[in-house]
Amino acid sequence: MSRLFMFEKPLGMRDTLPELYEKKQRVRSLMEDAIKQWGYQFIETPTLEYYETVGTASAILDPELFKLLDKDGHTLVLRPDMTAPIARVAASRLLENDLPLRLAYAGNVYRAQQREGGRPAEFEQIGVEYINDDTVSSDGEVIALLVSSLKKAGLNQFQVSVGHIGFAQELFMQILGTNGRATALRRFLYEKNFVGYREQVNSYSLSSIDKQRLLQLLELRGGDEVIGKALDIIEDGFGKESLIQLKELWEVITDYGLKDFVKFDFTIVSHMSYYSGILFEAYAGNVGFPIGNGGRYGLIEKFGKKASATGFAVRLDKLLEAMGSQEVVNTVECIFFSQERRKEAFQLAETMKAEGKKTVLQDINGVKNLDAFTKNFANTTFLIGGA
Amino acid sequence: MNAKLTIAMPKGRIFEEALELLRKAGYTLPPEFDDSRKLILDVEAEDMRFILAKPMDVATYVEHGVADVGIAGKDVLLEEERDVYELLDLRISACYLAVAGLPGTKMNDVAPKVATKYPNVAAAYFREQGEQVEIIKLNGSIELAPLIGLADRIVDIVSTGRTLVENGLVEYERIKDVTSRLIVNPVSYRIKDDRINELVARLTRVVSLEVK
Repeated sequence: MSRLFMFEKPLGMRDTLPELYEKKQRVRSLMEDAIKQWGYQFIETPTLEYYETVGTASAILDPELFKLLDKDGHTLVLRPDMTAPIARVAASRLLENDLPLRLAYAGNVYRAQQREGGRPAEFEQIGVEYINDDTVSSDGEVIALLVSSLKKAGLNQFQVSVGHIGFAQELFMQILGTNGRATALRRFLYEKNFVGYREQVNSYSLSSIDKQRLLQLLELRGGDEVIGKALDIIEDGFGKESLIQLKELWEVITDYGLKDFVKFDFTIVSHMSYYSGILFEAYAGNVGFPIGNGGRYGLIEKFGKKASATGFAVRLDKLLEAMGSQEVVNTVECIFFSQERRKEAFQLAETMKAEGKKTVLQDINGVKNLDAFTKNFANTTFLIGGA
Repeated sequence: MNAKLTIAMPKGRIFEEALELLRKAGYTLPPEFDDSRKLILDVEAEDMRFILAKPMDVATYVEHGVADVGIAGKDVLLEEERDVYELLDLRISACYLAVAGLPGTKMNDVAPKVATKYPNVAAAYFREQGEQVEIIKLNGSIELAPLIGLADRIVDIVSTGRTLVENGLVEYERIKDVTSRLIVNPVSYRIKDDRINELVARLTRVVSLEVK
């Protein structure tokens, strides 16, 4: 192993310097305010969890987990997402009286990176979990809250693509009959490999009508007209339930007045087994990766309570990237003082702070390069020498 | 939001075939395109920008979203495993990945070695065969490796097989057929859906005509 430089950090770990901190803080509090306005309650959970519980329940794949041992030999993980810890808390503490639960969080999560070491392995997520309500209204609320919190944060151009994990699955089962074959096709969607999907479909001995139905799935994206097209490729029963849900969801989103931000995409498979219903991803035009995602999941059952939930998580770093460079206006003022007028300076500083001004008190003798130092402040006052 | 489309094109062999395909699909691309040394070419008439990249890097540009779409060989996609949509088999630049070596030789029992430009593909292939081999990554002239005793086998793309023959090598196993694919950034796929749908439809038409 090569010798470390003294300034080095573990791969994928980053410092947040003051300017970026300010920007993050600003966007975080705008998002948090928006989420609180919808009545969601923020909670915190530990950074370390057991691998056996939260680690294996999480949607994040095993190779991405940071693992370590505690002194008794239990494997621990640095939490790879916030949903699994919240599911643990909800199942054990909060779901006692079987009521809908609206929780929110802002916290750092940890995912070891496989390639290109500079990618962040620790990053902040802001999100909500709406637990123990399986109405489409709750799916709609979470999507509407995602849209309106992103708008509140100052993001103007973005889109949420919505799919349903059940539709493709039922179409596959109806045509292919076996779980193995359905999983094979779902994996191609998950890997975003449409060429492989088409080759696989063509390799099955199916009627040309059935092949067409499977191939048409890839075209199912756009506005609410897509639901009509989806109805054409399924037969009675199978897949209807998911279409009824999506149709209702569209009405919910329309009633929120947010349908310009939402599109359907039936090919979204964000995870091979985690999601159980409506799912979605959020995109901003100038960032190559999704800025957030979410959907309905059955995770809470792994922690021993029968409850379905939905939620979203936004990556704060991607959101900041999407918002582009924003000027942070420096409003800090500085009072330079010398011993003779120290008391006067302190009194002035008190007055200024009381007025809400950020004020630095600086002993003039402590600064070697006065010109360079004064540039850091919006305004300066000198109270030095005999009055 | 369906603004200018940026396309990452692979320099070299695939470039000309890809260009021909785009022209057949009805895109008007200026003639100076073919022998330009510029790395960025704007085509205002089509509201498109082309960036010319090393074939191995095309998928990287697309994954990061600096290019909305790209044309990349399946070999590159297998090796790089980038998070991009593989939308269409363009059926150009057909070749295949193969294992080759000197004729009549066996893998070294003590220290079997494989030289390749595709370490991930090679490692996965030999692991599936249950063989433990040492993978040696080279950046070109892979055929040299068995000739001078660096490796027993090579994993490389073969199109006509001439390079192998000229260097006295033979093919042992065929790993995977390779053609060029149209790849798309997942965000662009959703945000610039109208433009990408159109591109895919026009290319699909050309590709299916070629096959018949």
